[in-house]
Amino acid sequence: MSSEIQFIRLLVLLNGAVPAALLAWDALRGELGANPINFAIRTTGTLALIFLVLTLAVTPLVRLAGWNWFTPNRRVLGLYAFFYALAHFLIFFSLDRELSLSSTLSEMALRPYLAVGSLGLLLMVPLAVTSTNRMIQRLGTSRWKRLHRLTYVAAIAGVAHYTMLVKADLRWPLAFAVLLMVLLGWRAYTAATGPAPRPPGPAGRTPRRSAPLPDTAG
Amino acid sequence: MSRSPKIPSGEITPEGDYFDRRRFLRGGLLAGSVLTTGTAYRLLNSPGGEEIETAPLRDLVSSTGETAAGPQPSLTTTEPAANGGAGSATGGTEPLPGTPIASQPPPIQPVVEPAPVDPPPTPPAAVTTTPPEVPANDPFETPTESPAPDAAVASAPAEPEADRAGFSTEEKQTPFRNIANYNNFYEFTTSKERVAAAARRFQPRPWSVQVDGLVQQPREFDLEEILRLAPPEERIYRMRCVEGWSMVIPWAGFSLSRLLKQVEPLGKARYVAFQTLHDPQRMPGQKVPVLEWPYVEGLRLDEALHPLTLLASGLYGKELPNSCGAPLRLVVPWKYGFKGIKSIVRITLTENQPPTSWNVAAPYEYGFYANVNPEVDHPRWSQATEQRLGEFGRRKTVLFNGYADQVAHLYAGMDLRRWF
Repeated sequence: MSSEIQFIRLLVLLNGAVPAALLAWDALRGELGANPINFAIRTTGTLALIFLVLTLAVTPLVRLAGWNWFTPNRRVLGLYAFFYALAHFLIFFSLDRELSLSSTLSEMALRPYLAVGSLGLLLMVPLAVTSTNRMIQRLGTSRWKRLHRLTYVAAIAGVAHYTMLVKADLRWPLAFAVLLMVLLGWRAYTAATGPAPRPPGPAGRTPRRSAPLPDTAG
Repeated sequence: MSRSPKIPSGEITPEGDYFDRRRFLRGGLLAGSVLTTGTAYRLLNSPGGEEIETAPLRDLVSSTGETAAGPQPSLTTTEPAANGGAGSATGGTEPLPGTPIASQPPPIQPVVEPAPVDPPPTPPAAVTTTPPEVPANDPFETPTESPAPDAAVASAPAEPEADRAGFSTEEKQTPFRNIANYNNFYEFTTSKERVAAAARRFQPRPWSVQVDGLVQQPREFDLEEILRLAPPEERIYRMRCVEGWSMVIPWAGFSLSRLLKQVEPLGKARYVAFQTLHDPQRMPGQKVPVLEWPYVEGLRLDEALHPLTLLASGLYGKELPNSCGAPLRLVVPWKYGFKGIKSIVRITLTENQPPTSWNVAAPYEYGFYANVNPEVDHPRWSQATEQRLGEFGRRKTVLFNGYADQVAHLYAGMDLRRWF
């Protein structure tokens, strides 16, 4: 069973890296189109949003479908969201701003969409740092869970950032906004109506740990 | 064949094989999922790159002006909006969303004052500028069968030397592939990289352009009639998009003034309104109400008559690709790219400032003038710098996109922050 879980983890790990690999491969071949820097920035930004949404979809999925075995992948997905957001920023900083701290910071301060986006990325830093098993144990499960609710704010900031820079066609940002509203709304609803009854789940699917990691809640 | 009730031990899958099969299945699952993810990435995130082939233009005149000869035809238009206080003329005329352009029928009374009052402006800098030469390594260099300077060419460019300043630049030209595969043309799709693919099947012919409004001779031109008005001339212009990227584009076409002069603008005419084809069947992007369709644009009449204002029918010596606004588009190099309306079907001279699509969509973000100006930021982003495609980092944006010597006088005395 544990090998099955490890296999799923490998599946998630590999697939999350596929867009990065293709982006890097296309960049090496000079096949990022007419505006490669902008293309790489947009791609990594969109991927960060996609992985944030996927991360937030894990808990509802686990609760509704009883896929408890899937929960450990939430942190993998969240880390991918962080790495894509970081790459998004680093490409902007190095290739668009040409490593100029002053121009990067002044732009961030002057342009609300950049300020909001930066906030989202900054909020994800402590989450990425505390994503290891050791950090969970050091923080304690309930504190860790509370801290990691920052993901909600980061995701809202990310979608707001996207919405605020679009010129006229709001369809994609709105699609992300709707997804996010559904996922956060489900949490608000279950929180308001009391703890949802644990779905029994197929017996034996959930590995019991002596010190249960908070992966199964939140 | 042994019919033993027991499965002979030889038929039991060896443990190694069993795990091999499992491993094989997992390998297949991994490969399949990676392939699926990769395909989804490719489909949803194409960087564009359609191969586009259009017919070469005949009689293309090179941009160096070496064939320039012949007198300047005097404009039969009357009194374009005065240079000086032109800004005040527009005061208070806010674009009215939803107002159809060309609502007013052309008045019949001949109000024509045939005196071409305004001599073409000759900015001092422009006079002394020697015409730049086309870079020698330009792969699309037009055949320079340069005729003897005194050879009388019937199809010589109309503009005198002084007016030709800015018609060309030695800056590195953006490759054709990138120009044709990266632009905004919401009539097809709002994705810049996908316009070329979405416009691939568009048929730009037959085509006609209605030219009407406050003119003496309103009429519908067949495309070929317009193209015959003058030989296409190469104009190498910088193009600055309001989004903060730029290109250098060798257009082909002739000054819009040549077409306008055919219809003889009336004295009352102060603006020129343009309209793109509205046909959601042929332009599927128009099925989505991202902007109000049809796309409309406008210029002040003096802007429209400026020699730099180009009615373009070609690019890199070939007919315009569909993605770039085939068969006929406007290019106003000192303004943001969205002023360069594509696939034009109607040109109407008006007395009042016509509505323009982006201004209607977001009045605080896109003005009627939309002159390139590094000092006047878009409300949401800076206009101080631009990403020149093909370069790393950003370069400083220049007032009027570097055409200040040619056009600054049009806005003398105007507050460019107010009239953005």
